[in-house]
Amino acid sequence: MKQINRIGSVGNTDASRIDRNKAFTFTFNDKSYQGFEGDTLASALLANGVDVVGRSFKYSRPRGIITADAQEPNAIFQIGSTQATTIPNPRATQTELYNGLTATSTNGWPNVDFDLMGTLGKLGGGMMPPGFYYKTFMFPQSLWMTYEKLIRKGAGLGCSPQQPDPDSYDKMHHHCDVMIVGAGPAGLSAALAAARTGARVIIADEQNEFGGSLLCSKQLIDGDSPQKWLFETITELADNDQVTLLPRSTVFGYYDHNYLGINERRTDHLGENLAEISSRQRVHKVRAKQVILATGAHERPLVYGNNDVPGCMLASSVSTYINRYAVVPGNTLALMTSNDYAYQTALDWHDAGRKVCVIADTRPHSNGERIRLAAERGIKILFGHAVIDVKGSKRVSSVNIAPLNEAGNTLTGDTSRYTCDTVASSGGWSPVIHLSSHTGSRPVWQEDIQGFVPGETTQEQNICGGLQGVYSLAKVLSDGFNTGAQAAQKAGKGQGQYDGAIPKTNDLNESPAMAIYHIPHHQPTSRAPKQFVDYQNDVTAAGIELANREGFESIEHVKRYTALGFGTDQGKLGNINGMAITANFLNKTIPETGTTIFRPMYTPTTFGALAGSDVKHLFDPARFSAMHKWHLDNGAEFEDVGQWKRPWYFPQSGESMEQTLQRECLATRNSVGILDASTLGKIDIQGKDAREFLNRVYTNPWSKLAPGKCRYGVMCKEDGMVFDDGVTACINDNRFIMTTTTGGAAGVLQWLELWHQTEWPELEVYFSTVTDHWSTMTISGPNSRKVLQKLTDTDVNNDNFRYMDWIEAEVAGVKARIFRISFTGELSFEINVQANYGMHTWEVVMAAGEEFNITPYGTETMHILRAEKGFIIVGQDTDGSVTPQDLDMNWVVGKKKEFSYLGKRSWTRFDNQRNDRKQMVGLKPKDPTFVLPEGAQIVFDKDQPIPMTMVGHVTSSYFSACLGYSFALAVVKGGLDRKGQSVYLPLADGTTIEAEICSSVFYDPKGDRQNV
Amino acid sequence: MLHIRCPYCEEYREEEEFSPAGQAHIERPLDPESLSDKDWANYLFFRKNPRGLHHEMWLHAHGCRKYFNMTRNTVTYKILETYKIGQQPYVLDENSLDENSADKNSPDEKSIDEKNSSEVSK
Repeated sequence: MKQINRIGSVGNTDASRIDRNKAFTFTFNDKSYQGFEGDTLASALLANGVDVVGRSFKYSRPRGIITADAQEPNAIFQIGSTQATTIPNPRATQTELYNGLTATSTNGWPNVDFDLMGTLGKLGGGMMPPGFYYKTFMFPQSLWMTYEKLIRKGAGLGCSPQQPDPDSYDKMHHHCDVMIVGAGPAGLSAALAAARTGARVIIADEQNEFGGSLLCSKQLIDGDSPQKWLFETITELADNDQVTLLPRSTVFGYYDHNYLGINERRTDHLGENLAEISSRQRVHKVRAKQVILATGAHERPLVYGNNDVPGCMLASSVSTYINRYAVVPGNTLALMTSNDYAYQTALDWHDAGRKVCVIADTRPHSNGERIRLAAERGIKILFGHAVIDVKGSKRVSSVNIAPLNEAGNTLTGDTSRYTCDTVASSGGWSPVIHLSSHTGSRPVWQEDIQGFVPGETTQEQNICGGLQGVYSLAKVLSDGFNTGAQAAQKAGKGQGQYDGAIPKTNDLNESPAMAIYHIPHHQPTSRAPKQFVDYQNDVTAAGIELANREGFESIEHVKRYTALGFGTDQGKLGNINGMAITANFLNKTIPETGTTIFRPMYTPTTFGALAGSDVKHLFDPARFSAMHKWHLDNGAEFEDVGQWKRPWYFPQSGESMEQTLQRECLATRNSVGILDASTLGKIDIQGKDAREFLNRVYTNPWSKLAPGKCRYGVMCKEDGMVFDDGVTACINDNRFIMTTTTGGAAGVLQWLELWHQTEWPELEVYFSTVTDHWSTMTISGPNSRKVLQKLTDTDVNNDNFRYMDWIEAEVAGVKARIFRISFTGELSFEINVQANYGMHTWEVVMAAGEEFNITPYGTETMHILRAEKGFIIVGQDTDGSVTPQDLDMNWVVGKKKEFSYLGKRSWTRFDNQRNDRKQMVGLKPKDPTFVLPEGAQIVFDKDQPIPMTMVGHVTSSYFSACLGYSFALAVVKGGLDRKGQSVYLPLADGTTIEAEICSSVFYDPKGDRQNV
Repeated sequence: MLHIRCPYCEEYREEEEFSPAGQAHIERPLDPESLSDKDWANYLFFRKNPRGLHHEMWLHAHGCRKYFNMTRNTVTYKILETYKIGQQPYVLDENSLDENSADKNSPDEKSIDEKNSSEVSK
């Protein structure tokens, strides 16, 4: 198809930024088109004369491209050819064209040219005021889900990819002296000045090339084309190795302490599936000493009737398409403006060889030079006039223009009609204050420029150029150079004065602009043709006034009621106009209605970029014991415990999990089992006050624990609740080895440090984590001593090596610490060796145990065996609201300790003395084969009405092969006094299970087996 | 993302290296058993939640593993000082914020008194 709106090069020079030698083919809504390198998708569509690019969200009206930048509310597409590479909702105005690009509209069903919702929208349009969805679909609430599906099918935005992302992403961290956001004339001149002081400078711009407004400007700089100055400037910056240039890089967020997030798009402009060439996007995280915001300004449209008909555009964007992309997006232009600057659009349009039918200037008069230039070209200019509405459905066909009073709020005469296909409007400029407000700075209204500028900030923030309402190029350039030099000095570089030459340029004289936002109509706003304020959410001037009438006066409330500014564009295009309409309606000033605060992201940022390479196996570190390979080779199933990969169980071929657990449990109880316990936290505690420290953090006494002995201890937080437990061994009077739960190790170490550093620094004690230094294997069962004795010359019989002793011995030729402690209730030995001998020792132990059928078991069998003994697992049987007394573990609580240790005082608090606290008990289901679900709620009376009074829950539940029945641990209100009584567990499937409260020790209650 | 100077490492590091540890300068009562339930609960549960200046404790978790104190404005997130455990803050109210160098990130040596050598204030 022919690019009907593409103009040829002017004279000998082609000032546009497209490369006519590189033609690209792309498809939009299944039709094929041509464009050039340097095009955006939007400019290529306009070149091809595509008017309708989507349908509006609520009324489903046909919509065309309005802007040429980040403000674009309509040209929001689904881009990408596969379900893996598809990207929802990028703006076509910011999407660089590449060969083979595939795009579709994100709404419009069945398609944008014939749209079912559009028909409904036309019928129901007048009946869809703001709050329509709230008001209409509110009752019954249960049906909202159904309504929502239907509504979203017709409206809504793009779709998420349905397949894994084939691309990779990465991150970089930077520190710099001066970070400059925006590479237009202000940012570039600031960069030059800062870089010339020797400062480290980073300059980022969201566009594919640096230059900002200069890329579509014809204004001479130093007597030459602006492109020449651009080229020289960029060359100088690129040659300076202290300067980092980041084009295609959107600064999406400005965070505390001068921290900025930047998303650099590295391959998006080249095509899809380029993972082999490069990461697709890269997030740069920059900590800058000084930040210069040179983000410029966005043009504001005027609000008039049917201003959403395709062909209605922003004046400056029309100029951009003509000058930068050699595209004139129509044949006949009507321009409406409140200022001089927008006349440039009529000049550009005329100079491109097409017709300007009329300029409606809302001001009574103007003497600016551009007005003279327009008049010289014979363009008809109507002062004190405005476009009140346009005609046309899928493209503008004509405009109605009427005279306006000086205040701009009343029409003073009859309408005249002009035939045209394009309406450009300009209501002035709004500084791009988004980044500045990210850090909490409240924007300030500046009356002379009719816009918000950045307000006070706590950041090291400098602003220059259009962002502070400075628009003439000569001033922007000198402002940039000065700001760059000052920022560099604040960062410690240079003298703060820019003493180089500032490029010379002549700005045309301008007359003052007029403050006007909403064009009046012959009919009241509520009856006039729709005047759109926020295109993305179909918010109209009438809707805002209705919200005001219904009592929404704060702009924050108006926004939430009407959805003004709630689209993916965050109201870039419409917020100021919406505020102006509210202010006018309420007879307030704009700043009195409130300010508008923008939050990150500046434009939507992909999840992939934010995740970077922290995905899949790099999402979280994984920790493995030294015996991991053996577990893999022997078919272990694994479970995650914190970051550890722990063997869960070791199924043999054809075995179910249940069968495996039964085999592992019986083998351990009847002969010997082996567990890899390396993951338990181990903290080496040294110093002359180590013992006293233990006394203070553990509930039980440590004063008399002799070297060579171990003791189980429970740790409580200061509120008296259990938070960790484990065995601590006394190595000598100055040294203890503490073991913690696998998941709690880091937290316990931090806890010990907290108390030592902040409360008891006078205690001489040091903590080192030694978890990874040791490999630990626990052999457990009646034959465990026989296995151990085969591997060591040290006599390990019961007389020499008592329960709760530890010894140093050589095992399998390796120096080992052996702890005779038991978590299974069986005779057990925990062999600790230096981690790099772990695998060797494990293999030797396995070989020695072969004659006893030594059986490796995982965490699940460990859980069953310990639960049979009523041993708790902190974090499973406790939840931070359980005291040692609740656990029936009064024996672990020191009564005579001198120091009021952590947690002690809290046990006498009233709430902890209640006798209806939830207490740890055992449960036996009446059906001995039924395994209660963990977490099941417990009630005393199964016949009570719903909602029932819940009195506890199951914390651990298993089938015991050794006992021959199922059992559970549970917390039950006052449970310790209810042994023998029945409780009931109403389950999710409607059945109710009866169980009997019993002792939590099911197996070997006297503890004979571990003492043999 | 805060930029925090660890008073032990004497360097600015990224917030990622640190974790917050609650309100600073909470003394554990020397004799908990002598406290009423109410006073004990005050020590245990009740914390300030000021709008503005706040003294808080942080941990250089992925660094030197030291706890330290910070005076921070909870509105602007500006960090006015960081100082070691046992030292007292230099910035005590919003006014001293304006008069003194606001960028000061460590306390005046004169204001430091070792917590454990002075009477504990409750």
